Amino acid sequence: MKDLFRRRSGFPLPFGDRGQREQPDRLWILCPSCHEQLYAKEYVDNLRVCPKCRYHFKLSYSERLDLLLDPGSFEEHDREIRSSDPIHFHRDGVAYADKLPEYERQAGSPESVVYGTGAIEDLGVVVAVNNFAFQAGTMGVAAGEKIARAIELAARRRLPLLIISASGGARQDEGVYALMQMAKTTAALSQLGRVGVPYLSILTDATTGGVLASYAMRGDVIIAEPGAFIGFAGPRVIEQTIKQKLPPGTASAESMLEHGMVDMVCPRADLRPTIARLLRLLGNPAYRPGLHGADAARAEPSLLRGEPSLAD
Amino acid sequence: MPISPEFEAPLAELQEELDRAKVTAATGNLDATRVVERLQGEMQGKLRALYAGLNPWQKVQVARHIARPQPLDYLRSAFTDFVELHGDRRFADDRAIVGGPASLDGRSVIVVGHAKGHDTQERALRNFGMPGPEGFRKAERLFRLAEKLGIPVVTLIDVFGANVGVADEERGQGEAIASSIAALCSLRVPVVSVVTGEANSGGALAIAVADRILMLEHSTFSVASPEAAAAILWHSAKRAPEAAEAMKITAQDMLAFGIIDGIIPEPIGGAHRDPMAAAQRLRDAVTPLLDELVHLGTADLLDRRYRRYRDLGPYVEGTGT
Repeated sequence: MKDLFRRRSGFPLPFGDRGQREQPDRLWILCPSCHEQLYAKEYVDNLRVCPKCRYHFKLSYSERLDLLLDPGSFEEHDREIRSSDPIHFHRDGVAYADKLPEYERQAGSPESVVYGTGAIEDLGVVVAVNNFAFQAGTMGVAAGEKIARAIELAARRRLPLLIISASGGARQDEGVYALMQMAKTTAALSQLGRVGVPYLSILTDATTGGVLASYAMRGDVIIAEPGAFIGFAGPRVIEQTIKQKLPPGTASAESMLEHGMVDMVCPRADLRPTIARLLRLLGNPAYRPGLHGADAARAEPSLLRGEPSLAD
Repeated sequence: MPISPEFEAPLAELQEELDRAKVTAATGNLDATRVVERLQGEMQGKLRALYAGLNPWQKVQVARHIARPQPLDYLRSAFTDFVELHGDRRFADDRAIVGGPASLDGRSVIVVGHAKGHDTQERALRNFGMPGPEGFRKAERLFRLAEKLGIPVVTLIDVFGANVGVADEERGQGEAIASSIAALCSLRVPVVSVVTGEANSGGALAIAVADRILMLEHSTFSVASPEAAAAILWHSAKRAPEAAEAMKITAQDMLAFGIIDGIIPEPIGGAHRDPMAAAQRLRDAVTPLLDELVHLGTADLLDRRYRRYRDLGPYVEGTGT
C-alpha cells in the first residue's frame, strides 16, 4: 500500500497532480497542520498523508481514481458535458461564459465532476468524483447532469455507485439553476432505491453547501476522510455568522462521526479495502423482497459480476 | 404602512397630502372627500408605475417588507380551519417552520411554510425564519403524513436561508435538507409550492420541490440570499444589490427560465398594501392547480415530477472548446 500510487499509475515523483502542476519539482513539502518539512517522495508514497501528524492533503481527482480503482479499469463517460452559462452571468464585467475555458484548462477537466465505470478488487462500480480544482468542485447544471447520469447508469447496469465529493456547494454563477441541481441529483437517487443498488458516499475535504445537502448525505453508507471539513455552511460563512473563529475540529469528519452523521472516518490507506469489503457485502443480496423460489432464481444477475442488464 | 421601502420616497409627499385630506374628509367635508378620491387615484397610478419597474434589489425589499403577509398569515386568510402541528418527533419544535392540516376551498391539504414573524419578539422566537434541522425534519414528518392519508401538500416559501451555526451542523443540517428534498421528490401525493416572499438556498428548496410552483409577483428565488452570494462572489455582503442583479432572482426571471409555472399578481403597491386581496389571489391560483393534479394517477404524477427536475437546466454536450 505504501507505494500504491507509483506502482499503480507509474507517476513520476512528485507525481503529475493536475491541480499542483505549477510546482512539480519541489523536494520538500510543508505540512500545514504540524508545520513539519516533509520529504516529497516520502509524502507521495504515503498517499499525500503527513507521516508525522496524519494530516490528509487534498488529492486531485485523477489521484483519487488511481487510489481507489483497479489499474486501467476506469472508463470515463460523457466527458464532453459542459456548462452553458444558463443565466448569462457576469461578474465585474467579465462573462462567466468567457471564463469557462480557462477553468477547464486550469482544472484539467471540462467540469467539476468526472464519472465513469471502473472496478475495485474486480468488483464493477460506477464512480463519480469531484475535481476540486474546477471552481472548488462547485455544482452547476453540467455537474448535476453528470451526477444524475452516473446514478442512472448505476441503476441501469445494476452496479454499485461510488461518489467521492469535494465541493464548495452550489455554483453561484449558475444562479437558481445550480440550486435546482440539488433536486435533480436527489430525484435521480430514487432510481437506485427502485433496483436495490447500494450507494457509497465518500466525503473528502471539503464537502459543503448544496452538494452536502443533497446527494452527498444520501449515501447508504457515508465514509469521511480524516480531518475533512463537512458542513452545510462553509467555514468562512460560519465564522462570519457567529462572528468568532471556529474552534479546531468544528464540522470535521471526526465531529460528524461523533454526532452520528457519517458511518466512519477512514484513513486514506484503508479506503480502498474498506470500500471493497462493503461492496462485497452490500452488493450480494441473499434475499430480494418480493422474489421467492423460482422467481429468485430468475432474478437480476449478482451485482458482484456487474453484468449489464438487458435495459442497458 | 409602518415603514415604506426607500424607493417609495418620491411618493411620501403625496401620501402626506392624502393623509391630511382623509382627516378633513372624516369631519364630513364633501370637498375633502372628492380630494381624497382624486389623490387616491393618483396614488394608485404612481404605485402601479413604480412597482411595475422595480429592480431586483427593490423586489428583495418588498419581499422582506415587515408588513408583507407571511405563510402563517396566508394560513389564516387564504386557508381555513388550520390546525398547527408541532415538533419533529426526534428532538425539538423549530418555530421557523410551521405546518399542519388546513382547508383550501373545501379541500383538505397539508400546509408547510416558513415563519419569519412580524415583530421583534416573534422574530426572535422564530429565529428570523431560519430553520435548523428540526424544522426540515418536522416538514418531512408532515409530508409523510400527507402521503399516508392521501392529502395534497401545499408549501409556502419565505426564507432568508437555512440557519448557520455549529450546533445546526452537528444535528445534521445538510442531512435534514437532503432528506426533505428526497421525500418530496418521490412523495405519492400532489405538491404545490408558492413563493410568497424570498426563497433562498437549500433552506427554501428543502420544502419547494413540487409538481407546480407559483411565485407572487414581487417575490424572489435564489441559490443563496443576495447577501450570502455577494459574500461568496466578492467577499462583501454589502454588494448584495449587485448580486441580486447579476443572479437573476425575480419571479419574472423564474418564469422566463421555466423554473416556475406562473406568477400571482399582487395588489397595486405590493401584497403588504392589501393582504386580504393577496390571500384571495393565492387561493384562486392554487385551487385550480390542485383540481388538475388530484386527477393524475400516482405513477403519472411521480413520472412528471421526476422529469421536471431531471431535465432541469441547459448544458452543452459533445463540443470541444
